[in-house]
Amino acid sequence: MSTSVRPTEAPTTGEQLSFRRPSGIRTLTNSAAWVYVSLAAVLAVIPLVWVLYTVISKGYRLVLSSSWWLESQRGITPRREGGGAYHAIVGTVEIGLICALIAVPLGVLGAIFLIEYARGTRSARAVSFMVDILSGIPSIVAALFIYALFITIFGFGRSVVAVSCALVLLMLPVVLRSTEEMLKLVPDSLREASYALGVPKWKTILKVVIPTAFGGISTGVVLGLARVMGETAPLLILVSYAVGINFSPTAGTMGALPTMINAGRDQAPTLPGYERVWAAALTLILIVMLLNLLARAIARASKLKEK
Amino acid sequence: MSATETGGAARPAAARAVEERGGEERGGEHGRRPGSDQPIELRAPEDASVSPADLVPEQQPVTTTRPLTVGTTRGRRAPTPARGPEPRGERGTGVKLADISRTGDRVFSGLAGGTGVLIVLLVAFVGIFLLVLALPALLQDRDNFLTSRSWVVAGTELRFGIAGLLWTTVLSSVLAMVMAVPVAIGVALFLTQYLPPRLSGPLSFVVDLLAAVPSIIFGLWGLTVLGPFLNPAGLWISDHLGFIPLFSASTQPKNSVFVASVVLAIMILPIITAISRDVFAQTPRDHIEAALALGATRWEVIRAAVLPYGRSGAISASMLGLGRALGETVAVLIILSQAAPNSAFTPSIFAGGETFASKIANNASEFDTPSKTGAFIAAGLVLFLVTFVVNALARVVAERGSAR
Repeated sequence: MSTSVRPTEAPTTGEQLSFRRPSGIRTLTNSAAWVYVSLAAVLAVIPLVWVLYTVISKGYRLVLSSSWWLESQRGITPRREGGGAYHAIVGTVEIGLICALIAVPLGVLGAIFLIEYARGTRSARAVSFMVDILSGIPSIVAALFIYALFITIFGFGRSVVAVSCALVLLMLPVVLRSTEEMLKLVPDSLREASYALGVPKWKTILKVVIPTAFGGISTGVVLGLARVMGETAPLLILVSYAVGINFSPTAGTMGALPTMINAGRDQAPTLPGYERVWAAALTLILIVMLLNLLARAIARASKLKEK
Repeated sequence: MSATETGGAARPAAARAVEERGGEERGGEHGRRPGSDQPIELRAPEDASVSPADLVPEQQPVTTTRPLTVGTTRGRRAPTPARGPEPRGERGTGVKLADISRTGDRVFSGLAGGTGVLIVLLVAFVGIFLLVLALPALLQDRDNFLTSRSWVVAGTELRFGIAGLLWTTVLSSVLAMVMAVPVAIGVALFLTQYLPPRLSGPLSFVVDLLAAVPSIIFGLWGLTVLGPFLNPAGLWISDHLGFIPLFSASTQPKNSVFVASVVLAIMILPIITAISRDVFAQTPRDHIEAALALGATRWEVIRAAVLPYGRSGAISASMLGLGRALGETVAVLIILSQAAPNSAFTPSIFAGGETFASKIANNASEFDTPSKTGAFIAAGLVLFLVTFVVNALARVVAERGSAR
C-alpha cells in the first residue's frame, strides 16, 4: 500500500488515508512538553533521595548500635561519645499516642457528623469549611493557641499534655478528612440493608459503616500520627527538652526526637554530638517512613478502594 | 471497685453499676463478690442477656425489684434509662427495643453534632484567644504595629511592628510558591497524562514520601547541605542581576531568604502535586478523546482538555501550598540567619531576616511577662489571619471550579 505512493519520501503507512503528521512546530512543542514534565519528575525526586542519602550516610553508624535504642543522653556532653535516643523515642511515641487518643475519636465523630448526619446541609458545609481552615493552621499558631489557653489563662505549666493538645489541632483534620472520604465510599446499600433489619442508625454506623471503612480510617490515623510525630514547633513552645528518660505526661520536660535534633544542631561537625544529631534525624525519618509504609499497606489491604 | 455501692439507687451510681456489671460479665464468677447482696441472683440471667433477643423477657421480672439498674443494661448513659424503660416495660417487645435504641441514636447523633460544633468553636477560639491575649500588648505598643520594623518587647516601653516579619514571610513563601508550582504541575501532568498507571502509583508514593520528611530534617539538610550548594548560584545571580533590588547583593550571602525559599519550595511541592494530580486525573475521558480525535498531540490534549479542566484545582492547590509555606516554622528557623539588629531594610532575597513563625519559635523561651508574650501572640495572630485568608481563598477557588 504505502510503497505505491512515493517510497523514498513516505515509507510509513496511512498515507492513503491522508493523515498527516503534526507540523514541525507542533511536534517540537509536544517533545518539549515531554522533556519538561520528565525533568519536573526528576527534579521532584532529587530532594528526597538527597535528603535520605545525607541523613543515612551521616547517621547510620550510631543507629545501628544497640545502645542508641536503649540509653538516654543523661550525663552526655557534646564532647563525649555514647548515649542514645531512648529518651527522645519514648517522648515522641508518647506525645504521638496521647495526641491520637484525643484526635482519633474527635476526627471519626466529626466525619460521621459530616457524612451520616448532616450530609448536604449548611451546618456540614460550615464544619467542612472550618476543617479546611484547621488543616491550614500553622503548627506554631496551634502551639500559641494552646499556650494562651493552658498556660496564660488556665495557669498550668508547660507540659507534655499541652503539646499533645496542640498537635490534636494538626492531627484532627487529617483523621477527619480521610475518615470522611472512606465513609463516602461505603455503599448506601449496606446502610439500607442494616436499616431494613431494624438496626438503629447509631448501631449501623458502629457495626456496619465503620468496620467497612476501617482500613481507610486507620490509614488516615497512621498518616496523621506520622505528621504530628515530626512536628517541632509545638515542642519548642510547650515543653522543655530533657536529656533523661521521663514517662510522665504531666511533666514540664520531656525529650523528643525533633527537639533532640534542635538542641544539638549548632554543634561543630567535629564533635561527637554532631553525629548524634544526624542519628536522631535518621531515627525520626525511620519512624515516620515506617508509619507511611504501614499506612500504605493498610490502604492496600482494606476492603474499600478509592476510585 | 466498689461493688457494694451499686445497691444505692442514686443515678450516678447506676451508671457505675453498668460498668461494673460489664466487668462481671467478663469475669463470669458470682462467688468473687460475696459482699454484694441480692443483685447477684438477678445478674445470673442477665449475664446471658448480652444478645439483644434475650434482653426483653428478662427485664420484666427484674423491673419489679430494681428498675434502675436493669434499665441500664442497654442504654449507655445514666440519665436516660432512669426514666426510659419503666413505662415501656408494659408495652410490646418490638416497640421497646426500638425505643431504647432511639436513646442510643440520640446520644450518638449528639456526640457527632457536638464534635461538629467543637470544630467550629475551635477555629473561632484560636482567633479569639490570640486576640484577647494580644490586645494588651498592642495597646501598649508605642510604634505603629503594621509599619514598624523594630521589635523591642523587653522592659516597660514596647516598640514593635510586623513590617519586617511580614515582608520576609511573604517574600519567602511567594518565592517558594513560584518555584514549586511549575515543577508540581509538571509532575502532576507526568503522573496522570504520560505515565501508565502501573508506574505512576509508585512515583506518586515517592512524591508523597517527600511530604513525610519532618520539617526539622529539611531545615538541618538545608543548613548544612543545600545552603553551601546554593550559595554560589546566589552569588552568580546577584552579580548579574543585582541591579534589580530583589536580587541585589547582600553583606550576608549565606543562609538567605533564597535558600529558605528553595527548601520551602521542596516542602510544599508534594501537597501541590498531590492535589493537582487528583484534579487532572478527573479530567473527563470524553474531553481527552475528543481532542485526540481532532488530531491533537499529547501536549495539545493537555492544553485543550486537561489544563482548562484542572485550572481551578491547581490554583487552589498552589494557594494551599502558599499557606503551608507561610506557616512553616522550624525549617525557616534553622536556615534563615537573622538580620543584624537595626540594619537598614533591604528587599533582597539574599538577605537574612525572620518570618512570623521563626520569630515566635526563636523566642519561645522568653515568654515571661504578659506584655512580652502578648507581642509574640500578636505576631501569631497576624500569621493566623494571613493563613486563614489564603486557605479560605483556596477553598473558594476550588468550590467555584467544581461548581462549574
